Amino acid sequence: MSFSRRSFLQTGAALMAGLPLARAIPVTAAPLDTLVIATGQTINSLDLHRTGTNRPSYQIAINCYDRLITFGSKELEDGSLSFDYTKIEPELAESWTTSEDGLTITFKLKPNAVFWDGRKVTAADVKWSFDRAVSVGGFPTTQMQAGGLTRPDQFEAVDEETFVVKLDQASKLSLPDLAVPVPFIINSEVAKANVTEDDPWAMEYLHTNPAGSGAYKVARWDNGQQIVFERFDGWVGGPLPEIPRVIQREVPSPATRRALVERGDVHISFDIPDKDAAELADKLTVYSTPIANTIHVVGINYEFEPFQDSNVRKAIAYAIPYEEIFQTAAYGRGAPLWGGEAEISDTVWPRKSPYFTDIEKAQELMAASAYPEGFSVPMSISTDLSSWMEPTALLIQEALGKIGITTEIEKIPGANWRTASLVEKRLPLHLENFGGWLDTPDYYFFWAYMEGNLFNSSNYANAEVQALTEETLPMAQDDPQYLPKISRMFEIAFEDLPRIPLYQPALNVAVNGAEGYEFWFHRQLDIRSLKGTGEA
Amino acid sequence: MSGRAAAILNRVAQAVPVVIGVVVISFLLTRALPGDPAVQFAGVAATPESIEQVRVALGLDKSLPEQFVIYVGQLIQGDLGQSVSTGRPVSVELASRLPASLELTLTALIVSCLIAIPLGVLAATKPGSWIDQLCRILVTAGVSLPTFFTGIVLIYVFYYLLGIAPSPLGRLDFIYLEPPRVTGFFLIDAAIIGDWQTWFGALKQLILPAATLALFTLAPIARMTRAAMLSALSADFVRTARAAGLGRQKVLFGYAFRNALLPVVTTLGMVFSFVLGANVLVEKVFAWPGIGSYAVEALVVSDYAAVQGFVLAMAMLFVLLNLIIDLTYTAIDPRFGTSAK
Repeated sequence: MSFSRRSFLQTGAALMAGLPLARAIPVTAAPLDTLVIATGQTINSLDLHRTGTNRPSYQIAINCYDRLITFGSKELEDGSLSFDYTKIEPELAESWTTSEDGLTITFKLKPNAVFWDGRKVTAADVKWSFDRAVSVGGFPTTQMQAGGLTRPDQFEAVDEETFVVKLDQASKLSLPDLAVPVPFIINSEVAKANVTEDDPWAMEYLHTNPAGSGAYKVARWDNGQQIVFERFDGWVGGPLPEIPRVIQREVPSPATRRALVERGDVHISFDIPDKDAAELADKLTVYSTPIANTIHVVGINYEFEPFQDSNVRKAIAYAIPYEEIFQTAAYGRGAPLWGGEAEISDTVWPRKSPYFTDIEKAQELMAASAYPEGFSVPMSISTDLSSWMEPTALLIQEALGKIGITTEIEKIPGANWRTASLVEKRLPLHLENFGGWLDTPDYYFFWAYMEGNLFNSSNYANAEVQALTEETLPMAQDDPQYLPKISRMFEIAFEDLPRIPLYQPALNVAVNGAEGYEFWFHRQLDIRSLKGTGEA
Repeated sequence: MSGRAAAILNRVAQAVPVVIGVVVISFLLTRALPGDPAVQFAGVAATPESIEQVRVALGLDKSLPEQFVIYVGQLIQGDLGQSVSTGRPVSVELASRLPASLELTLTALIVSCLIAIPLGVLAATKPGSWIDQLCRILVTAGVSLPTFFTGIVLIYVFYYLLGIAPSPLGRLDFIYLEPPRVTGFFLIDAAIIGDWQTWFGALKQLILPAATLALFTLAPIARMTRAAMLSALSADFVRTARAAGLGRQKVLFGYAFRNALLPVVTTLGMVFSFVLGANVLVEKVFAWPGIGSYAVEALVVSDYAAVQGFVLAMAMLFVLLNLIIDLTYTAIDPRFGTSAK
């Protein structure tokens, strides 16, 4: 028997008895009562609504708080689990009804739902939490707006178990938007006991002290080191998790994380690099799920004169060595997004572009353009995302050289990248990616193709696309008008090419001795469904 | 004696303008950083309005002089500000992380001194011998291997292949609880309450990262010891001492080594300062919750308060370090302070 910490934790009680002096966390013998996770990310707050809360912290909202509703699960082709955008399931709400006109959604809360302190979850708590999300500003408020939720007067607690949301305009995004991490339900009594005059939403308190009704409580949080989750046995939001305690350690170095999961000292290594995923896949279970609604693209900025020439844009699209990029930058993990059929007959998203690598065609297009001699342009990448951007940029640079476009790769420091690419939108040729939580093409188009919107780093403006996006955004997906309008959007986007799709990146998770991993659009680990397999 | 006290006071007074300079420069430099913290902290799908809301919330809508006055006002009250990225006061953050870095750095320095100084002395007494060659190999290896590389190799061999080292998961394996905080140094805090279980736990975690850093710091110390000893051994006073028939030990340690110590101590000070910098990579590899990884993280997200606090804390540390080195000179060389002022 090899002696790893795994076996130590599992047979902890017996060993502990022999170490009376150890000031250790008590461990009881069980098939698997402590699950250990390694991650390279830092949780910087326990409150998603706070300004400055980073993405890794969203897992607190997922695992420690409940929402009214959640998405269901589906099995992917490779046998792994993923959230299912089309299925909405109850979490704190027992049932809900939408009025005829689609403007009023009435939720019935589960009567037996309680917070960690034993108090019943009431509609007043829901109202307080929703009011907070639309009032604090910044990211939570923006995300609520996506579902048409902008003001506190849209929410009403009718009685203890009835909560009503009133919409200004019916939208297919409203209900799914309530299943994203943002509208989580806070124990408002606990929060209100900790408000001050300057801090009416208890931001200070909830930053370090979660107060929810979720499946796991935070037993311990050492900023920058680890978080320890402990199961809340009174949880009614879903099936009670199997594992009583989950320890998540921050390990910044990918090499160290890899050694840990290979040795079996951690059960899960979350969000590992594509390279490690490709190499570990022979030895361990590795899940590589293409990230929902996320596309790595080449951005072509319309402000830059040669790029206003349609032949130039298409020449670039035919020059890009897609397959090489996918193999070199992503180690073949994710999903290819090139070489699709020209005819658009469905609304599948993300979808393959009709372009593929064909240097001759690219050269012909360049010869037919206003720049037959070529031109030179800087190609910008972010130092923070260099793991995929750098190899991609080098391959594109080489390919563009063959059609007369000289590029110089400009590396922009991570802190400046967002400002340069998204806020000022001043980069002529650049790599970019955007991933939307709400998994529909129109939501992607809203952020990336509408004039002035943040992720439209190409300064793209097209009146028809604007109009189509605005029309399809609230429209139900089974509306007969939806398919033709979306098809038209795709058609224009592939004709105008402000963004050339490369591939859909993957979220890689290596698992050794656990099961039940499920991919979520928020790209954080949902620990509630995890189980131990009892073997390393 | 009073001359020496005056010299020390004078040294302390010299630190004041340095600290003031650091306050001004760190403030200006952080503002000159590329990147807009409001954009950074507004989150992924921020709209111009929400970026503006964040800007106001962080006080970044005020003019630079206004921001500076607020910053200095807080500093005088001992408040280093609030780190946006971690949401905790910068002073708390530094206090919890600095000991981790210092414990690692000091352990590494002690280990490397224990090896490098005897090695340097031996190499100097027998130039060209096998021990001199060994010294040369170690020195070359030490300077040419980057710390993160040494760290990963050590993990690979001792943890991954042999399985004798504990998992590289920071300062303590999670089966132990942190000892109650007195100094922040786990080895000292655990010893205070007599919890030897935790003490050994902390020591085990320290071995690999400290060895990594020690290998790195060994080179300059050994080389400097060897050079200083060589020049001391060829000096006139050693020849005189030998001629006077003093014992070999007496000549070596009483005269030569004592004189060779001054450049060694100077080197030690320099090594300490660059090791605190080199720490960053070692901390990343061993998941060590130190100050280096915190500062890098803060820089990446333009967390002004954290960067300023870090620079200030480091400046204070170096002022203190230089003071200690100067005071060590007085212990080694009694002439200090008597001729100068």
